[in-house]
Amino acid sequence: MSVRRVMGTEIEYGISVAGQPMANQMVASSQVVNAYASATAKARRARWDFEEESPLRDARGFDMSRQVADPSQLTDEDMGLANVILTNGARLYVDHAHPEYSTPEVTTPLDVVRFEKAGEQVMLDAARRASAVPGAAPLLLYKNNTDNKGASYGAHENYLMRRSTPFADIVKHLTPFFVSRQVVCGAGRVGIGQDGRDDGFQISQRADYFEVEVGLETTLKRPIINTRDEPHADPEKYRRLHVIIGDANLSEVSTYLKVGTTALVLAMIEERFITRDLGLETPVASLRAISHDPTCTELVGLLDGRKLTAVQLQMEYLDLARKYVDETLGDDADTQTRDVLARWESVLTRLESDPMQCERELDWVAKKALLEQYRERDGLAWDDAKLALIDLQYADIRPEKGLYHRLAGRGRIERLLDDVTIEGAMHDPPEDTRAYFRGRCLEKYADNVAAASWDSVIFDLPGRESLQRVPTIDPLRGSRTHVGELIDRCDTAEQLFAALTR
Amino acid sequence: MAQEQKQPKKSSETEEAPEVAPDAAVAERKEQLDEDIDAILDEIDDVLESNAEDFVKSFIQKGGE
Repeated sequence: MSVRRVMGTEIEYGISVAGQPMANQMVASSQVVNAYASATAKARRARWDFEEESPLRDARGFDMSRQVADPSQLTDEDMGLANVILTNGARLYVDHAHPEYSTPEVTTPLDVVRFEKAGEQVMLDAARRASAVPGAAPLLLYKNNTDNKGASYGAHENYLMRRSTPFADIVKHLTPFFVSRQVVCGAGRVGIGQDGRDDGFQISQRADYFEVEVGLETTLKRPIINTRDEPHADPEKYRRLHVIIGDANLSEVSTYLKVGTTALVLAMIEERFITRDLGLETPVASLRAISHDPTCTELVGLLDGRKLTAVQLQMEYLDLARKYVDETLGDDADTQTRDVLARWESVLTRLESDPMQCERELDWVAKKALLEQYRERDGLAWDDAKLALIDLQYADIRPEKGLYHRLAGRGRIERLLDDVTIEGAMHDPPEDTRAYFRGRCLEKYADNVAAASWDSVIFDLPGRESLQRVPTIDPLRGSRTHVGELIDRCDTAEQLFAALTR
Repeated sequence: MAQEQKQPKKSSETEEAPEVAPDAAVAERKEQLDEDIDAILDEIDDVLESNAEDFVKSFIQKGGE
């Protein structure tokens, strides 16, 4: 096995209405999504199909009752909020009080980067369109995870896993990895504590918001390992691991390594390759302690009595992953698997000697370097509002205002993809998953697609009383290889449906 | 240049003359880097939102997820 796996990300963006701090953010988020939908929808707007969604299904094998669930845990009831599917197979919608973009299903870390970056461009386009409505105040979007006043919103990852892997194994081997991976994929934050009451810099946007080790919640008592179990695929064969402990990254290398290294660790867990117990004595406390130490020298206690830094803990996983890839694939390992391993090693080696050497690759280091330069030039203490502004504005998605974009534009941050590639992914779906079928149907037969979701496309065909549902339960079917030629050949949705059901 | 001019005065204390060249090169690189950083900070000064305190204070979000 390798870094290849069916996966994707979901990013909630911070939103504000310029000059109106008390503006209704649910309304503002809807304006953003609707502006994009109106501008891009060719004909009728396909709605999201909620039939297969069950957000209260727990991976441990039970359903939480709707009566005891917090209203914020219910996402499957259409509350009249904007919710559209794009021709690239992605979903653009309003979740609570944030605009959110879910990438289509992809199979490689670089494709996660490609479609997540495309999502930033979709959001940028959407915000510009919403702001251009006569009389509208500018809508500003931020790809970050906290307002530094107590509220946090998510950047989630999803990985399809084998149902046969015991969930206890996932918890055991993934927890130390998740606690420590922030040194690679943290986005950096000015402020300590959920409401930022203490001054200083920390590695992760999200660490202070996690309170328990395992659980179903995402909005309260956030767990390091989330147990939501909604595979959007054959539940006999698969589970979907829903990862809520990640920062929203601007840096392409950060996202690439976040997803690539996690995919490798999941492969090792499925193959029962991890025989060492890297379990931590106090995972939640360690998560915060690591985040609060940008020198990366904080030691955390393992159950076996050892004390390691987060970088050393990551090196344990790297060492295992190298052996695993050598033993199972050897010279047959694909380019991205080898590249993820090489970059992971390179970054960890430099983090151990001097973290600031990673300022061209990792978000938290790039942000910290910029903050330190300001501190030195202007003699600023950590409580200076200007440093908090730099933290916030690093995540502004506008190329002219966002500080990540200013740094990347000057060549000070490494890119993995060019702008043309990312722009293409705003419109064209990935070719190797069912997102290809979904995206192409929306692009070619927009008039006849009534609704769609991860696991279905629903057609409204002339001459038929009822809607026709085409299930797409297997994430790897509906790829270009399977249906590309068929869609090319069918000029109408009726022809396609007839061919599919013949 | 400044480094080289200072050298004769120090010659009585040490015989480190051969190391002047690398030192000068490092100093030059550092100077280049500092200039580069100054240019970036100047550019960022121009795009930073005015009134940092008010701007940061008014960024209030509801929780998500």
